[in-house]
Amino acid sequence: MKIQGKTEYKATSNACKLCSPLGASLVFRGIENCVPLLHGSQGCSTYIRRYLISHFNEPVDIASSNFTEETAVFGGAANLKLAMDNIIEQYHPDLIGVATTCLSETIGDDVPLILRDYIRDNRNGDNTAIVPVSTPSYSGTHIDGFHGAVRATVDAIAEKKNRAGMNINIFPGMMSPADHRHLKEILSDFGVGYHMLPDYSQTLDGPMWSEYQKIQEGGTPIKQIASMGDASASIEIGRILSETKSAGKLLAERFEVPCHNLGLPIGIKETDAFFDAVSTITGKPMPEKYSEERGRLVDAYVDGHKYVFEARAVLYGEEDLVVGLASFLSEIGVIPVLCASGGKSGHLKGKLCQVVDEFDAKGIEVLDGVDLVEIGDVAKEISPDFFIGSSKGYKIAREMSKPLIRIGFPIHDRMGGARIVHIGYRGAQQLFDIISNTILAARQDASPVGYAYM
Amino acid sequence: MGGISILKEREKQIYQKGTQPFDMSCEKKSLAGSISQRACVFCGSRVVLYPIADALHLIHGPIGCASYTWDIRGALSSGPQLHRMSFSTDLQEQDIIFGGEKKLYNALVTLIDKYSPNAAFIYATCIVGIIGDDIDSVCRRVSKEKGIPVLPVHSEGFKGTKKDGYKAACDAMAKLVGTGPTEGISPLSLNIMGEFNIAGEAWTIREYYERMGLEVVSVFTGDGRVDNIKRSHGAALNVVQCSGSMMHLAETMNEKYGIPYKRVSYFGLEDMSKALYDVAEHFEGSPEVMEKAQVLVREEINAIYPTLKRYKEKLRGKKAAIYVGGAFKAFSMIKALKSLGMDVVLAGSQTGNSDDYKLLRNMCDDGTVIVDDANPLELSKYSIEKGVELFIGGVKERPIAYKLGIGFCDHNHERKLSLAGYSGMLNFAREVYSSVTSPVWQFAPARKSS
Ligand code: SF4
Ligand code: SF4
Repeated sequence: MKIQGKTEYKATSNACKLCSPLGASLVFRGIENCVPLLHGSQGCSTYIRRYLISHFNEPVDIASSNFTEETAVFGGAANLKLAMDNIIEQYHPDLIGVATTCLSETIGDDVPLILRDYIRDNRNGDNTAIVPVSTPSYSGTHIDGFHGAVRATVDAIAEKKNRAGMNINIFPGMMSPADHRHLKEILSDFGVGYHMLPDYSQTLDGPMWSEYQKIQEGGTPIKQIASMGDASASIEIGRILSETKSAGKLLAERFEVPCHNLGLPIGIKETDAFFDAVSTITGKPMPEKYSEERGRLVDAYVDGHKYVFEARAVLYGEEDLVVGLASFLSEIGVIPVLCASGGKSGHLKGKLCQVVDEFDAKGIEVLDGVDLVEIGDVAKEISPDFFIGSSKGYKIAREMSKPLIRIGFPIHDRMGGARIVHIGYRGAQQLFDIISNTILAARQDASPVGYAYM
Repeated sequence: MGGISILKEREKQIYQKGTQPFDMSCEKKSLAGSISQRACVFCGSRVVLYPIADALHLIHGPIGCASYTWDIRGALSSGPQLHRMSFSTDLQEQDIIFGGEKKLYNALVTLIDKYSPNAAFIYATCIVGIIGDDIDSVCRRVSKEKGIPVLPVHSEGFKGTKKDGYKAACDAMAKLVGTGPTEGISPLSLNIMGEFNIAGEAWTIREYYERMGLEVVSVFTGDGRVDNIKRSHGAALNVVQCSGSMMHLAETMNEKYGIPYKRVSYFGLEDMSKALYDVAEHFEGSPEVMEKAQVLVREEINAIYPTLKRYKEKLRGKKAAIYVGGAFKAFSMIKALKSLGMDVVLAGSQTGNSDDYKLLRNMCDDGTVIVDDANPLELSKYSIEKGVELFIGGVKERPIAYKLGIGFCDHNHERKLSLAGYSGMLNFAREVYSSVTSPVWQFAPARKSS
């Protein structure tokens, strides 16, 4: 049953990962008045747009430098510059995020150099900020593109000007727009200033328009990114992320902004750690509203503990999401019997051991760098009570007639993926109710009696 | 709408009927930085070949190209479901440096052993065109070893547009055609081409032809099977829908096997009926075919007409926009919308050619805006200017329409609703009706302010 790591020459079947520029595009859509531009062929942009639109149900404009055969032979400089010209003329953005694709990486285009040329030739009359990020998909997944774009943006824009005032930088990582909104609410309730990058709470989950918006309103203002060097601390979310060259580390090294690395605040323990960190930085206690939320959550855990106890779950997704979920499931008594990811940082198992009590005794299977066929094969042997992850696990769940609880990204077969709150006490409350009810429903449906009481 | 400006280079691809001399520029590569709604060559190949359900579809390249196309079409199969899997060689850095042939070979052999397909299609994506893998020779080798056709599809994304992808797909299928036995095929027979069995549409059409006494040898490619494609050269006629994707194969089969072809559309009452009559005419030596077609058309129309009329009363005078992949589809749609009493005020396609646009212009009323390879800004601009109340397009156009308070009908290959044939027309009317007349629009700010 051990298929940890795969033989080198195997196909990937029903991938449990996406490509890097998708992650970068998400970040750029979370910056105010920003247009993402993929340097490569048209298909990559269009496919990524379609994939994001199907989840968020929002317009997602991503430009392409649109390679042709000649471009592929002679290099993409001219196309990239023309694309920049056209975006600036049509959109007047504050920032253009330029992510590479496999194609431009393989032919060896030096994108930073091309962009320096572009600025030097003064074609950038509007003084649009430009952030290049290298996102070859043959080394890494969408999550690497995501964090890479955050880091590249901070690298290009953040400064230290000794501005006064207490501000926290927050790097939330890949969450839902509703999660981003919740984080902002928490920080506002603490009464602390913050700069959150990215912030697609509005751009990817916005209201209808009264008139046309070229670029949806919302996102992190560039000014805020610029002042990140002056913040009193950074909070960076993701235990796996903490092992990489992250934006938070960059700010710590360059401007001596202390960085707090935290896990994804899913469930009580990881959310407590988040509130503790904010309290430590600000010197303020947890706002009353959240101690009440926490109180109700604990109460609900107790009310429902027997229904979920030792239920067996298969979870899959980005490594940091898997770690956060495993922490939450363990604290409510669910066993995360299979923790799987298409990503392969090498840290998944180690991080899981940190958050799951008595990890070894539970016989938990950990698979990284796997696809959904491999996950399905192992799941069939394990026979879990439910699956939890993106909608892409539906095929396996259906084959095994097991419930799938949809969380994370993408959710292509249900409404409301953008509105799921995963984090904080509030998110845990919702997840706990869904999980309990999923188990209760399965039990009720399978029962010959079908009681109308629990 | 002073706010939305059109790029200078794009002006020649936009035309407003009645105001300018007609000189539509089209069939161009998309402009860099203009957010085209088009995909790539690979996309063209993938959509055409995808419904062949007993073939292995392996995408040679990095992961994204495969991830984004996993189970993306609503093309149904009555048997095997292999086409709904997503297989990729998932090239990694060392493959880019040292070449991906070995990985391709191993992946292919392993997958063929595991899934026993009747053929395999290997799609070359952008990277493969650059690192120079000789996928043809890998395919030949595996084909020999495994005893099934293993066909390379040269669909590197940057080598043209989606249309070139259609051609690459046709070239790959042309290698299968003519390799199977044709005994026992009726002289009253045909191939259905350019019908992908979205939501079972090919089954509907097939049933019509069978009721007319005709044998359907192969459907390209809806609910497709390798063996049927192999013997498809035994058919007396190729009936081609959605001219863009399958014309190349029809022409190849015409040259090679002397099979004539007809272009049809199965969308809307008018075009659907015309398709059946045109095909019946081809078999004029057997007049009973025409008689059966007439009975069929009468029965089908009678069955849906009263309901259709009810929808029409509610939809009369509403303004519609159409933006689709191929222009041919737009023609049928304009007729169908007109038959529902609606006015088309904006029409366009991703890949139309100049003849298509001439025809489109002739079909449209004065003032209608015609666009080629449009972007979200242009589509929004003209939708607002023209007061569009219904937008017909694909998933990428949907959120724009909704944000602006415009009803939407998905007419792309991802939909799960059958829109072909007579029953399809009823579905279409119902779909349009349910979006245009929904009470939710009363809360839409864009509608309130106008
Ligand atoms: S890499 Fe090429 S083939 Fe793949 S999606 Fe992008 S444009 Fe299409
Ligand atoms: S070529 Fe690379 S960037 Fe483009 S879709 Fe494929 S994996 Fe993604």
